Amino acid sequence: MTKPKKQKSKLRGPVPYIVLWVVVLTALFSALLWGTNVKVLNPHGLIATHQLSLIIFSVVVLMVIAVPSLFLFYYFAWKYRETNTKVAHESENHHGKWWVFWVWAIPCAIMLIMSVVMWIATHKLDPMRAIASKNKTLHVQVIALRWKWLFIYPDQGIATVNFLQAPVNTPIEFDLTADETPMSSFWLPNWGGQLYAMTGHSNRLNLMPTTKGDFTGASAEINGAGFDGMKFTARASSQADFNKWVTQTQQSPNILDWVEYQKLLQPSENNVAAFYSSTAPDMYDNVLMKYMGSHNMGAHSTEHE
Amino acid sequence: MKEFFLGRLTSQSLPHEWFTIGGSAFFGLAALFFIVLLTVTKRWKWLWKEWLTSVDPKRIGIMYFIVAGFMLIARGGLEALMMWLQQAIGSSNMPGFLGASHGYLSSQHFQEIFTAHGNIMVFFVAMGFIFGLINYIVPLQIGARDLASPFLNTLGFWLYVAGVVMVNMFFFFGGEYAATGWLAVAPLNGIQFSPGVGMDYLIWSLQISGIGTTLGAINFIMTILKMRSPGMGLWKMPAFTWGSLCSMIMAVTIFPLLTATLFLVFFDRYFGTHFFTTTLGGNAMMYTNLIWMWGHPEVYVLVLPAYGVFTEIVATFSRKPIASYTTSIIGMIGVSLFALSVWLHHFFTMGAGADVNAFFGLMTMIIAVPTTVLVFTWIATMHKGRIRYTSPMHWFLGFMIIFALGGITGVMLGVPPADFQFHNSLFLVAHFHSNVIGGVLFGVFAGITYWFPKMAGFRLNERFGKYAFWCWMVGFSLSFIPMYILGLMGATRRLDTYDAATGWQPFYICMLIGGCVIALGVAFQIIQIIASVMEKKRLHDYTGDPWDGRTLEWSVSSPAPAYNFTTIPHVTTRDAFWEMKKQGIAKPQYEDIHMPKNTASGIYISIFAFFAGFGFVWHITWMAIAGVAGAIVCAIIRTFDENTEYTIPAAEVEKMEKARLQKEHEEYGDKPANTGPEYDMTLREFIITVVTWAWSVVRRKQRQA
Amino acid sequence: MAETTEAVATHEQAGALTPEHEMSHEEAANDRVMFGFWVYLMTDLLMFSVLFAVYAVLHANTVGGPGGGQLFSLKQALIETLILLTSSFTCGLGMIAARKGDKTQVLAWFGVTFLLGLAFLGLEVKEFAEFVHEGHTLSSNAFLSSFFSLVGTHGLHITSGLLWMGVILAFVIKRGLNKHMVRKLALLSLFWHFLDIVWIFIFTIVYLMAFTA
Repeated sequence: MTKPKKQKSKLRGPVPYIVLWVVVLTALFSALLWGTNVKVLNPHGLIATHQLSLIIFSVVVLMVIAVPSLFLFYYFAWKYRETNTKVAHESENHHGKWWVFWVWAIPCAIMLIMSVVMWIATHKLDPMRAIASKNKTLHVQVIALRWKWLFIYPDQGIATVNFLQAPVNTPIEFDLTADETPMSSFWLPNWGGQLYAMTGHSNRLNLMPTTKGDFTGASAEINGAGFDGMKFTARASSQADFNKWVTQTQQSPNILDWVEYQKLLQPSENNVAAFYSSTAPDMYDNVLMKYMGSHNMGAHSTEHE
Repeated sequence: MKEFFLGRLTSQSLPHEWFTIGGSAFFGLAALFFIVLLTVTKRWKWLWKEWLTSVDPKRIGIMYFIVAGFMLIARGGLEALMMWLQQAIGSSNMPGFLGASHGYLSSQHFQEIFTAHGNIMVFFVAMGFIFGLINYIVPLQIGARDLASPFLNTLGFWLYVAGVVMVNMFFFFGGEYAATGWLAVAPLNGIQFSPGVGMDYLIWSLQISGIGTTLGAINFIMTILKMRSPGMGLWKMPAFTWGSLCSMIMAVTIFPLLTATLFLVFFDRYFGTHFFTTTLGGNAMMYTNLIWMWGHPEVYVLVLPAYGVFTEIVATFSRKPIASYTTSIIGMIGVSLFALSVWLHHFFTMGAGADVNAFFGLMTMIIAVPTTVLVFTWIATMHKGRIRYTSPMHWFLGFMIIFALGGITGVMLGVPPADFQFHNSLFLVAHFHSNVIGGVLFGVFAGITYWFPKMAGFRLNERFGKYAFWCWMVGFSLSFIPMYILGLMGATRRLDTYDAATGWQPFYICMLIGGCVIALGVAFQIIQIIASVMEKKRLHDYTGDPWDGRTLEWSVSSPAPAYNFTTIPHVTTRDAFWEMKKQGIAKPQYEDIHMPKNTASGIYISIFAFFAGFGFVWHITWMAIAGVAGAIVCAIIRTFDENTEYTIPAAEVEKMEKARLQKEHEEYGDKPANTGPEYDMTLREFIITVVTWAWSVVRRKQRQA
Repeated sequence: MAETTEAVATHEQAGALTPEHEMSHEEAANDRVMFGFWVYLMTDLLMFSVLFAVYAVLHANTVGGPGGGQLFSLKQALIETLILLTSSFTCGLGMIAARKGDKTQVLAWFGVTFLLGLAFLGLEVKEFAEFVHEGHTLSSNAFLSSFFSLVGTHGLHITSGLLWMGVILAFVIKRGLNKHMVRKLALLSLFWHFLDIVWIFIFTIVYLMAFTA
C-alpha cells in the first residue's frame, strides 16, 4: 500500500456536509409532518394556547442566540481549515479587552429575558389558578386507578370512566388524586399541560376547552404494566349538548357505590368508557381520607413540662 | 431447611422464557469461549498478573473501556434496538407476536427493557467510559505516576464490575428486572407495586457500583489536588483535568445521597419500613426529591469530562491555545455549582406551586449561562486557528449541533408552564438523549480516538473513524428528531403500543431506521479497531506526540511506561508540553521510582460485596451476612498490610528505558513514508483481508483433516 | 522502615528532587491519606444528612401512635451523650499518647474509649429492644422507620468504629506502635470524633426537639 487512496474531497472537510445534512433533515421532516396532528402546536384550550405562545416565545429568544452562535461556529470551523491559504492563521489568541465581558453578558442577557418571562408565566399559568370567565366553573374530581381514569362530577352527581365531557369556554376545575395506584400524570395536551395525580394528595388543575371536538388524554407517568392503555377521551361540546349528556348519564342504570368502586380498584387495562348515574356521597374526599389518616400528627408529648 | 439455604430462590427462578434462555446462553457461551481461549493460549497467569490484579490506572482504564463497551453493545444498544423495533411495529392495527398484544414485546417486558437500558447506559456505560478516560489520562496530564490510592482504584473498578454482573443476574435467576423506569419512582418501586426481585436487582447493582464510584471520586480528587507535578498550580492544569475535577467533586457530593436513598428503598422493601409507602406515614414525593438531587448533578458528572475532552481537542486541532482558559474553567466550575440547585425541574408537574417551580426554573436558566460561555470559548479558539479535520475533530463538530439542540430544548423544558406539555413525553426523551449522546458519548468517542495512540502505541484508522462518525450523525438525527416531533404530537415516553389513528407510526419507523444506522456506526467502530490492529506497524506512533499536542501526556512514549514518567516533570506554564517543545526537551534524568504492588484484594472484596447484594435480593440471610463480613475481613487484611509498595532504583530505570527504546527501534525501524491517513485501509481492503484470512483458516483445517 | 529511609536517601542522592517537592515520599503519602479520609468523612456526613432530612419530614407521621415525646427517655439520651463525649475525650488522650509513642498509654486510653463505646451501644440496644417489645417497630409507621434508621445507622457506625478499634489495638499489641499504626489511630480518632458530632445533632434534633414541639 504505497500510494494514497482517497482523493481530497472537493467540498473541503466535514462542515459543508453537516450543513447539507441539516438542510436535508429539515426538508425530510417538514414533509413527514405535512397534514399531521401535532397536538401541542394545535391548542384547543385556553391554557394550551398560552403555553404554545410561551413555547414559541422561548424558541424565538433562544434562536436569537443559538443561530448566530452556531453559524459562527461552523463558519469558523470551515473558514480556518488548515488548507485554506487565503486567510491569516495565528498561533496565539488576541482578543480585545471587552471579549470576556461580552462572552458572559450575552448569555446573561438572554437568560434574564427568559427568566423574567418564565417567572411571570409560571405564576400566571399556575394550574391552581382559577380561570376568569363569565361562565360558571365546572367541577370534576379525578381519581387515577389502575389503569383507568375515574371522573366524578360532584355538582351533577354523575361519574364516568375514561370519558369526560365539558362545555366549551367553561372553566373546568379538576381535583386530582389516585387510589392504590402509583403516581400518575393527568395529561390532555390539546387543552393544556399535565399535573400529577397521587395517593393522599389532591392537586388542582384548571383548564378550559375553546373549540368543540373529541380529544385524547393519557397518563404521562408510568404507573405499572397497564400504563399505556390508560387513555381517556375528552369531549368539548356546546352547553346544550353538555346538558343533554348529563341528563342522559343521570338515567344510566349503573351506580357507582362502594361495591362498584371496589371492582374498579381491581387492576384492569384498556377499559371501555363507563357511565354512572350516581355516586356514593363524598366519594373523592373519602378516597383522600383513606390516605390522609396516615399523615396525622402524633399526640403532643406529655413529658414536656 | 431449603428456605434457609436458598432464601426465595426456587426452580421457577431459573431461565424459562425466550429472552432469559437467550441471555443466559449468550453469557454462558461467551464465558466458555474466553475460558477455552485463555486455557489454550496458557494466559491465565498473564491475565491475573498483568490485568486483573493490576493497580496501574492505565490498565484499569482499559478494563473500564472493555466492560463499558461490552455493556454498550450487548445490553444498552441491543435494548435500544429492541425498543425501536417494538415501537415501529407496535401500532394498534398490527398483530402481536410471541404473546404480545401488539408487536413482539409484552408491556411488562418492554417496561423492564427501558428500565435496564437507562440504568445500564448511565451507570455502566457512560460512567465506565468516563472513569476509564480519567484513570488513564489525568495522571499523565498532571505529571503523576499513579492515583493517590492504587488500592481504592482497583477496588472501585471491581465494585463496578460486581454491579455489572448484578444487573445481568436476572437472566440466570429471577427472569425479571425492575419495570419502573431507570430511577424507579415511589411508590411504584415499593413492594406493593413491584413485588418481584427485579427492583431488588436494580437497587443492588446500583448500590454496589455506586459505592465504587464514590471511592473512585475520592481517589481522583485526592490525586488532582495533591499529586500534581511541581510548578503545576491549579490554574495551569489542562482542561480535561479541570473537567474531571469538577465532575468528581460533584460525584463525591451526590453519590452518598444515592447510597442513602437506595438504602431507604431497600429498607421499605426488606424490613417493611414506611419511608416512601402510600400508607402509615410514608411520603413518596420525598423519594422523587432525593433521587433527583442525585440524578440531575449526575448528568453533569458525565458531561463535564466531555467538555474537557472537547476543549483539549479544539485547542490541539486548531493549533492554538484555548481562547480564554480562565473563562472556560470558570464556566466549568459554574456549571458544577449550579448543577446542585436545579433538581426540581424534573418534576415541575408534581404540584409544588408557582413560587417553588419558578425558583427552580430560574436556577435552570442560570445554568445555561456558563454552558453557553464554554461554547463561545470554543468558537473563539477556532477563530484564526489552523484547523485539521481529524476524526476527533469530526466528533467535536457533530457534537456541537446535537448538543446545542439538547441545550435549547433543555431551556424550553425549564419553563414550568411549557414543561407541563413536555414532561414525560418523547420530547423530553429526545432532549436528554441529544445531550447524553451528543455530549457525553461523542465526547467519549472523541477522547478515545484522540488518546488511542497514547494508550495503544498506534493510531486508529481515520477512514473508518469518519464512516463511524457519519453513521452516528445520520443515525442519531433519524432516530431522535422524530422523537421531538412525537412528543409535540402528544406521545408520552415508555409506550410499547399506541393507537394507529394517532399517525405516529411513520415516525417510529423512521426512528428504527436511524437506530439501524447507529448500529452500522458501531459496526464501523469495531471494524476501525480491528483494521488498526491489522495495520499496527504502519500506524505506529513513533514520537509519542502524533497530533502535535499541547499537554504533558504527549511528552511520554506511546504507550506510556508503567511508571508514566522517568522523572516527574517540572512545569512552568499552561500547555506545559507545548512550552517544553518550544524550549527543547531536556535529556532524561533518572530517579528512584516507588511503585505500588498488584493486589487481588479489590477482587475479593467485590466478590463478597456481590454475594451480599445477591443475598439481599433473594432474602438468603446467611449469604448476605457472610458477604458483608467477608468484605470487611478482606478490607481489614488489605489495610493492615504494610508492604504494598516496591522501589525501582534509578539505575534500573535507566536500564529499562534504554532497553525499551532499543526494542522499539528494532521492531519498527525508522518512520516510513506511508503513515498518513490517506494511506489508511479502505473498507474494500478490510473485507478482502478478512475473507482471505477466514478462507486460509478453513483451508488449513481441511488439510489437517 | 529501613526500606523507606533507604529509598528516601537514594531519592535525594539522585538529585532529581526539585526544590518545590518539599515532602518526602512517606510524608506525602500520609498527607494524601489524611486528606482523602476527610473527603470520605464528608461523604458520610452527606449520607447522614439524607437521614436527617428524612427524619425532619417524617417525624410527625405517627399515624395516631406515640411520638418521640412519649417514647423517648431524655435521661437515657443524656447519659448516652455524656458517655460518647467522654469517649471522645479519652480518644483524644489516646492520640496524644500515640504521637508520643507510648504504647501502654495508647492501649489504656483506647481501651477505655472502647469500653465507653460499648456502653453507649448497650444503652442504645436496650432502648431499641424496649420499643420493639412494646410493639413500636421500624415498620409501625414512618416516624419510627426514620427514627430507627437514623439512630440505628449511627449505631452501626459506632459498631464499625469499635470493630476497627479492636483490630488496631490487637495489631498494636502484636506489631507494636509503628508509624502505620499511629496513622491508623489518627484516622480512627477522626472517625470517632465525627461520630460524636453526628450524635450531638441526633441528640438535639431527635431527642431534645421531641420535647419542645
